[in-house]
Amino acid sequence: MPSFVITEKCDGCKGGDKTACMYICPNDLMVLDPNTMKAYNQEPDQCWECFSCVKICPTQAIEVRGYSDFVPLGSSIYPMMGTEDVMWTCKFRDGSIKRFKFPIRTTPEGSANAYQALKGGDIESNLLSTEETDGYQIPVPQATV
Amino acid sequence: MAIPNKPLGEIKAVRDPEVIEKEVDILIVGGGMAACGAAFEVKKWMSDDQSVLVVDKAAMDRSGAVAQGLSAINTYLGENLPDDYVRMVRNDLMGIVREDLIFDLGCHVDDSVHLFEEWGLPVWKKNEEGKNLDGKKGQKMGTLKSGAKPVRTGKWQIMINGESYKRIVSEAAKLAIGEDNILERVFIVDLLLDKNNDNQIAGAVGFSVRENKIYIIKCKTMMVACGGAVNIYQPRSVGEGKGRAWYPVWNAGSTYTMCMKVGAELTMMENRFTPARFKDGYGPVGAWFLLFKAKALNGLGESYVASDAAKAELEKYAPYGTAAITPTCLRNHLMLFEMKEGRGPIMMDTVSALAELGKSLDKKELKHLESEAWEDFLDMTCGQANLWCATNTLPEKKNSEVMPTEPYLLGSHSGCCGLWTSGPDYDWVPDSYKIKADNGKIYNRMTTVNGLFTAGDGVGGSGHKFSSGSHAEGRMAAKQMVRFANDHADFKPEIAQSSSDLVDMLYKPVRTFLDNCEYTTAVDINPNYVKPAGMALRLMKATHEYGAGTATFYQTTSKSLEIVMELLQVMREDCKKLAAGDLHELMRAWEINHRIWTVEAHLRHIQFRKETRYPGFYYQADYPGQDDANWFCFTNSKYDPKEAKWDVFKRDYVKIIPDK
Repeated sequence: MPSFVITEKCDGCKGGDKTACMYICPNDLMVLDPNTMKAYNQEPDQCWECFSCVKICPTQAIEVRGYSDFVPLGSSIYPMMGTEDVMWTCKFRDGSIKRFKFPIRTTPEGSANAYQALKGGDIESNLLSTEETDGYQIPVPQATV
Repeated sequence: MAIPNKPLGEIKAVRDPEVIEKEVDILIVGGGMAACGAAFEVKKWMSDDQSVLVVDKAAMDRSGAVAQGLSAINTYLGENLPDDYVRMVRNDLMGIVREDLIFDLGCHVDDSVHLFEEWGLPVWKKNEEGKNLDGKKGQKMGTLKSGAKPVRTGKWQIMINGESYKRIVSEAAKLAIGEDNILERVFIVDLLLDKNNDNQIAGAVGFSVRENKIYIIKCKTMMVACGGAVNIYQPRSVGEGKGRAWYPVWNAGSTYTMCMKVGAELTMMENRFTPARFKDGYGPVGAWFLLFKAKALNGLGESYVASDAAKAELEKYAPYGTAAITPTCLRNHLMLFEMKEGRGPIMMDTVSALAELGKSLDKKELKHLESEAWEDFLDMTCGQANLWCATNTLPEKKNSEVMPTEPYLLGSHSGCCGLWTSGPDYDWVPDSYKIKADNGKIYNRMTTVNGLFTAGDGVGGSGHKFSSGSHAEGRMAAKQMVRFANDHADFKPEIAQSSSDLVDMLYKPVRTFLDNCEYTTAVDINPNYVKPAGMALRLMKATHEYGAGTATFYQTTSKSLEIVMELLQVMREDCKKLAAGDLHELMRAWEINHRIWTVEAHLRHIQFRKETRYPGFYYQADYPGQDDANWFCFTNSKYDPKEAKWDVFKRDYVKIIPDK
């Protein structure tokens, strides 16, 4: 299901410090043509349909078209990313539409507690840092052969 | 505007890249769940004068197997005992597993899951009436750590709203380790041994896929966690659909190849995973079987797994086949049995399952159930949702076909190939599972190469870690790497090769291209070189036909293995003439190199193990059935980098946890 870029909508992330789709694609597929300042998928048969580029695109210029091997034309699925939820619009080949909203995160972006001040005590123990803080006792097998 | 209609690759490769040399105490290669776990944990144990670097081929927010998201965390022990976790994994993997590693993982995995929830991952909860609440509504029930009940689909799995799972985990990892200690879009392709100390890791070399730069990084200790191997067998879809691999298509076997090339011992490389999934879209079936209680039907509409014939077939593989939960490979075996007997295709009976569930639900609950079914795809296999849309499939009205995929190699899911690593230094762990480093100490998750660690898909003999277990294992390895670095504070890594030798090796495909590309009018067709895309197809054709791919219903023979080993040998020779005109293609050139080595290890192990341990994953037709008398042991192998020779051998299996 290769991603494709809608010519009219792509501005090459002119306003940003990086080309968003090119930055995020896990398989290095999205590239920017520096002459036209438009992005494109350079290797559609290596696209995992992970939607990372679709989700990150600031101008909603990227969508996906089902793999020609086995996906009939006419359908689409599209995610609108919010800070707490994603709203999916699923359009069927027969024109019917379903919408689903799912939570994606319960905390504000950037607020993950990385425990930056935490320093472990005993390097020789098998406890992880947060387990050590919690006073966790590592279990032993109930019985051995 | 003909944008895509032009030569591939916007970042042209040049003959002589810039060389950047770095030295750190601890190097983390990879950016997936295991590497993020290591990145989160490592600084908690480091002293201020120690240094660390993470190098990821992609961008950590969306790299690795969880890039797309997940709809469940498959390993959360909660109320269960690690002893029972060992028993489950052992049975699923037909008896031969590293029980020390599995038990140890089971002791630490929940701590990572608790962190994920704290960081913002929505986790489904049960309310007082036993109804399911999604991750947002479920917050009012409290956290898992405070005792709230998760929604379990099986004994070990919990449901999440996991679209942003990897972004959340990566955020914590990046904050913990610091942006300055992360290199993204740098592909490490080869590990380097120390010049002065035998069998000691000293660094790694790779290149940027964004700029013409080579990185030579020295270190005292290193973790390699770059996932499993995908696109090594011809996939069922061969056009654009090649990308629709079940596991992430960018996993190139780099973990296994890079470690084996410096002499690290591999284990159980014959083990593979061929998941049964919704046909073509490869959407997950777990929730359909476990949460919605759907049945698989054969072409005659029969629930074949309950048939007498199926029971008789499973009895051949007792005690695994007769256990309460049928091992994954044997579930495939039963499916293939039906198909080969002419009773295919296999259909997931979504219609009856939803109708049955609908009987006890009101309209609002039924709507929620429908949403859950779609979310299962949209969270982790978006394309399957689109396939349903494109084929006007409503699961309450139309059943969907299920099919085993092409083979994958991995160590964290329902497979267990990987590196032979040390277990933890507990008195209940047998000595044969402990690897002594040069100083006589035991470092958990260290490979047989001093200072070289792995985690996640890299650790062999202990499957069923999944996302959460890989993260926890990365953390465990990180602490051990700091301990190793402390104990080797005086070690100054020195690399035997000169930097120009390394540049020549890494950029050889670029130079081959530049030297020859003008000879013909079509850039991909040239008698003096082969492009990575062509070599990738050659590998997949060979494995497909001879190496127990889908072409033969996963069956191979001793003679077929001989043939494919010869083909691999020639491929290795031709890989010296790989050509890359741009940096993306240079990445592909090194990836295909990694894939070929990994496949060779896989097939050498299959050749060595003269039995069929995993029916449903592969069949060695000359040695059908299991031969416990001779083969109830690990198959390990070691490539000797000095002699360029392979050695495949047996290692004893030790049963630690008694049967129930």
